[in-house]
Amino acid sequence: MPDWTPPQSVNLVDLGFMDARSKLIDLAAFLDRVQRADQTTDFRVQALKNAIALLSLDEPKRAQEVLLSFSDPSTEPIAKATMQGAIGAHRG
Amino acid sequence: MNYIEPHGHMVSRTTDDYERMALAGCQAICEPAFWAGFDRASADGFYDYFRQITEYEPKRAARFGIKHFCWLCINPKEAEDMKLAEDVMALIPQFIDKPGVLGIGEIGLNKNSRNELKIFEQHVQIAQDYDQLVLIHTPHLEDKLKGTRLIVEALKNFPKITPERVIIDHVEEHTIDHVLDHGFWAGITLYPESKCTPHRAIDMLEQRQAERIWMNSACDWGISDPLAVPKTMQAMRQRGWTPEMIQRVSFDNPCAFMGQSSKFAL
Repeated sequence: MPDWTPPQSVNLVDLGFMDARSKLIDLAAFLDRVQRADQTTDFRVQALKNAIALLSLDEPKRAQEVLLSFSDPSTEPIAKATMQGAIGAHRG
Repeated sequence: MNYIEPHGHMVSRTTDDYERMALAGCQAICEPAFWAGFDRASADGFYDYFRQITEYEPKRAARFGIKHFCWLCINPKEAEDMKLAEDVMALIPQFIDKPGVLGIGEIGLNKNSRNELKIFEQHVQIAQDYDQLVLIHTPHLEDKLKGTRLIVEALKNFPKITPERVIIDHVEEHTIDHVLDHGFWAGITLYPESKCTPHRAIDMLEQRQAERIWMNSACDWGISDPLAVPKTMQAMRQRGWTPEMIQRVSFDNPCAFMGQSSKFAL
C-alpha cells in the first residue's frame, strides 16, 4: 500500500456552505412544523433538540457526539428482538 | 477510473444498474447474503437464494464484463428464529466451495438480542472451521454503537479469526475508531439517509488516512444508489484527492482485503 498522501488544500466552505445552509434551514423548518402541529413532546424531537445543542462544541467531533447522543448506551443484549427496524433515536 | 463495489445486493437491482455500473468503471461486485425485505418461511427459500447469488448473478454480471463474488449466511434480521437460522446455516457447507464465494457474511446483529448474538457466534464458528473471511453487518441508527461493541467483544472468543480477515461494515463517526483500533477492516456505506453521505465518508477516510477501509453503496431494494461509490470518488476529486489515493480506497483496499481469499481474482 502507498503511504498516505493528504489531499490538496481546497476551499471547503466554497464546496459545502450552500448545502449546509440548506440542511440547516430544513431542520429549522421541521422544528417549526412539528411545533405548529403540537407534536414537540415526541421523544425524537427532544432527541433532535439535545443533538442540536452539541453543534456548539468547540472540538471537531460534532458528528461523533451527535451520533452518540442518539445511541442506545446499554451494553447487554436484549432478551428478544420484538421489532426489526430502528427508529433513529434511543427512547431512554 | 476503475473501482470495486464491495457490497451490493444485486438480486434487488435491475440489469440496467449493471450496465450503469459498468459504464462508471465497476470491475467487480461482491454480494453479501442479506434480508429479502420479508422473512422467508423456511430454509428452502435460502437454498434458492444461495443458488441465485452463486450461479445466476455471476452470469448476469459477466454480460457487462463485471466479476461477481458473494458471501453466505442468514442475516441477523431473520436470526431471532433460531430453528430457521440453524437450518440455513446447515446449507452453507454445500455452497462454500463454489467459485465466487469469498466467505461468511453479512452476519452480525440487528436489534442486539441474545438469539442474534448466538447465531452470529455460530456463523463465526463456521468461518473459523472452514477458514473463511468474515463480513459483518452492524445494526442501524440507535442500535449501531451497542451492536458494534458486542460484535467486537464476541470476536475475541475466536482466536483463529484474526482481525485482518474480518471487515466490520456500516461504520460511522461514532464506531469507526473502535473497529480500526481493534485491528479490523472497516466498511463505510454510502446511503442517502440512514448511513453516510459522500462528504462524511471522505471526512472519516481523511481522519484515518484511508487505512483498512473500503466504501460501498450496499445498494439493495430500499432507497440506495448503485453509483454511490463513483459519485464519492468524484467528491474526492473536488476535495483535492490525488488519483492514486482515490484508487487506493476504491480499488486497492477492497482488493487487499478480498484478495486474502484465493477465489478473488479479477
